[in-house]
Amino acid sequence: MSRLDINKTYKLYIGGKFPRTESGRYYAVNDKSGKFIANMCLASRKDFRNAVVIARKAQDSWSGSTAMNKGQILYRIAEMLEGRKEQFIAELILQGETAKGAQKEVELAIDRLVYYAGWSDKFQQIFSAVNPVASSYFNFSMVEPVGVVAIITPEEHSLLGLVSVVAPAIVGGNTVIVLASESKPLTAISFAEVLNSSDVPGGVVNILTGKKSELYGQMASHMDVNSIVYCGKDEKMIKSIGESASNNVKRTVFYKKSDWSNDACESPYLIEKTLEVKTTWHPTEI
Amino acid sequence: MQKDENNNVFKASWIYDEAPESIDHIQIKKKYELFIDGKFTKPVKGNYFDTINPSNNQKIASIADASDEDVDKAVKAAREAFLGWSSLSGKERGKYIFRIARLIQERAREFAVIESLDGGKPIRESRDIDIPLAANHFFYYAGWADKLTYAFPNRIAKPIGLVGQIIPWNFPLLMASWKLAPALAAGNTIVLKPAETTSLTALKLAEIIQESGLPKGVINIVTGAGQTGASIVNHPDIDKIAFTGSTGVGKYIQKAIAGTPKKLTLELGGKGANIIFEDAAIDQAVEGIVNAIFFNQGHVCCAGSRLFVQESVADLVIQKLKNRMDTLIVGNPLDKNTDIGAINSKKQLQTIENYIKIGLNEGAEIYQTKCALPKEGNWCAPTLFLNVSQSHRIVQEEIFGPVLAIQTFRTIDEVIEKANNTPYGLSAGVWTQTGSKIFHITQKLNAGVIWANTFNKFDPTSPFGGYKESGFGREGGLHGLSAYVKFE
Repeated sequence: MSRLDINKTYKLYIGGKFPRTESGRYYAVNDKSGKFIANMCLASRKDFRNAVVIARKAQDSWSGSTAMNKGQILYRIAEMLEGRKEQFIAELILQGETAKGAQKEVELAIDRLVYYAGWSDKFQQIFSAVNPVASSYFNFSMVEPVGVVAIITPEEHSLLGLVSVVAPAIVGGNTVIVLASESKPLTAISFAEVLNSSDVPGGVVNILTGKKSELYGQMASHMDVNSIVYCGKDEKMIKSIGESASNNVKRTVFYKKSDWSNDACESPYLIEKTLEVKTTWHPTEI
Repeated sequence: MQKDENNNVFKASWIYDEAPESIDHIQIKKKYELFIDGKFTKPVKGNYFDTINPSNNQKIASIADASDEDVDKAVKAAREAFLGWSSLSGKERGKYIFRIARLIQERAREFAVIESLDGGKPIRESRDIDIPLAANHFFYYAGWADKLTYAFPNRIAKPIGLVGQIIPWNFPLLMASWKLAPALAAGNTIVLKPAETTSLTALKLAEIIQESGLPKGVINIVTGAGQTGASIVNHPDIDKIAFTGSTGVGKYIQKAIAGTPKKLTLELGGKGANIIFEDAAIDQAVEGIVNAIFFNQGHVCCAGSRLFVQESVADLVIQKLKNRMDTLIVGNPLDKNTDIGAINSKKQLQTIENYIKIGLNEGAEIYQTKCALPKEGNWCAPTLFLNVSQSHRIVQEEIFGPVLAIQTFRTIDEVIEKANNTPYGLSAGVWTQTGSKIFHITQKLNAGVIWANTFNKFDPTSPFGGYKESGFGREGGLHGLSAYVKFE
C-alpha cells in the first residue's frame, strides 16, 4: 500500500514565529506546466505593518550585538543551509530550475552567506574614518545601520537573490521585512526555517509571501521604515516607490539586474547601501 | 564676585563702544547678472529682484531672476564643459581648486562683510567661521582631485556628470563651497543656485572663478527663487541634485525625481537635542547651550534647539543660562561686539514669531531677554521656552531661529528616548565628564553629527549630514566625495 505524503504548509515568518496571514487569504503557486504546487499565504498590508513593529523592536538589540556575534550567526545560517541543501535543490527544481542550475544556486547562496559572515567585523574598518580636523578635537566617523529595511526580493533566483540582498542588510545591523518572489516563494519560507534554527533573533528577518502590486505601496510609504530595497525592472513601480519614499525621506536602493550569480553581486558596498555615517566630536584639550 | 548664583554679575553696567567693520573697501555692483559659460549674462526675460539688507531693510542690489530658459542655457554650458573638465588630469583639476581657495583667502574680509550685509549674520561669525571654512573646503577637496583611486578601495570612481546644486541662505558661501569643492574635485560640472535672499557672495565667487581661469561652463551660477530651483530639479539633462534646505522642499525634490536616473543628496532640517547631565562642567555647558541655539541667530539646521537638562541641576543651569543670555548683544551685524545679528528675512521673522505664538498658546512658559532691538530691520530677542512636552509643536518642529525649548529628564534611558523622538536626526550634543556615558549615549542617539562637550563645530575633513528626515548623503571629508562619484 502506497503511503500518503505529508504536504508542507507554507506560512509567513514574523518575529521568529510562523503565523498565517491575518487576512486569512491565500494564493496558489503552480509549476511551469501549470500544475499546482502549494497554497501560499497572501500577506496583507496589515501583516506588513505588524512585521514593521516587530522589526523595530528587534532592531536595537540586533545592532547592539557584537560584530563577532553577527558574523557567527551568519556563518551558522550557511551551515544550516548546507545541511538542508537537498531540500532546497528539490524546491528550486519544483519551481522550474534545472537540476544543475538549482544545485549551483544553493551552493552560491551558501557561499554568499559565508562571504558576508566574514565581512561582519571588517566593514566598519573600511567605512570609518578618523578625521584630522583643524582644531583641538578628536573627530571620528563610523557607520551604523539605517534601521528597519523593507526588501522586495528578485523575482528570479528566488533563493540566491533573497540571500544576496538580505545578508548585507542584516550583517550591517538592520532588521528587515522581506517580500519573497511572488511566483517562486517556496524557498523563501523554507529559508525562514533555516534562519529560525540558526540563532538569528526573532524579528531580525521577517518574510512575507504575497503580491508585489498589493504590498509595495505600503512598504514604500510606511513612516517607520528607514530604507526600501527594490529588485526588479518595473519602471512604474520604481517611480512610485521613489515618490512614496519621500514621505519620510526613505533611503531607496534599486537593483535592476536579474542575474545574481556573478561575483559582482557581493561586495561590502552593498552593506554600505543600508548604513548611515555618524560623526562624533570631542575636545582634546583640558 | 558674589557667591549667590542668582546674582547677575554680567549685568554690570558695561557699555560697549560701537566697533563696526569698515565697508569702504567693499565693491558691490548695482545689478548682478547670471554667471553662465564663464560670462555674466543678462536673464532672457529681463527680470530682476532686490536683495535686501535684513538689518535695515534697504536694498543692496538687483539680482537677475533666472527663468527656465536661463537654467537651460546654464545646463547646456555645463554639459559642453563636462568632457574637457572630466578628462583633465586630476592634478590639473586640483590646481584650479587650490587657486579658488587662495583667491577666497585673499579676498576674505570683503566676502565676510558682504555675507553679513546681505544675510544679517554677525561679522565675527562670517569673518572667523563662514569665510575661512569656505576657503578651507576648497583647499581640502583640491587635494583629493588626483587621489580618487585611494578613496574607494577596489572600485573605479568616475564623475557623475552634470550636477545641480541648490544652496540655503543660512551659510551662503560656506554651503556653496561644501557643494562645489567635492563636485569639482571629482570632475563634475555644475549649475548652482544660491538662495534668493543671499545671492551676493555666490556672485562674488563667480568673479573669483573668472579670475582663477577655471574653464568656462564648469561652474554656472543662476540666481532666483523656488521657481529657478524647480527648473534645475526638473531639467532632464542634470544627472544629480544636491540640495540643502528645508525638509519640506527636500521631500518635494525626492518625489519630483522619482523614477528618473537622477542621483540625490539631501541635507535638510533638524531639531537637535542638547543634553546636559548633572556631572557636566556646568559653566562650559551653559556656553555650549548658547552656542548651540544662538549661533547665527539660530538659522542653523543642526542647531541645538531642544535642551534636555538633568533634573538635579535644572534650576542651576536654567538660571545661569538666563544670566548669560541677558548679556547677549543683538544688533548691527557689522559691529564686532554683536552676538546675534538680524533675522535673515521678513518672511523668516514671521515664521519665528508665529512659532513663539504657538508656544505661548500651547501653554509653555516664555523667557526673552530685554535687550534693546534696533528699530529698522528684522530682529528677534533670544528666547527660551520652559514647561514644554514632547508633543508641543515648538519641540517637534524646526523653528530656525533663536528659540530654545527646554525639557528636563531623570534617567539616561529617558533622555535617549526623548532625544530620538522627532522625525529629524541631524545633530545632538551631550555634556558630561564621564567618558563611558559619552560613548554609551552617542551610540544610541540617532543623529549624523554628535558633539560631546562642544557644539556647532565644523571642518572640511569632517562628514556632515543627517539620519531620518534630516536627509541622506554626507558633505565633508572622505565620505563627502562619494556624493559626487559613480562607479564603473
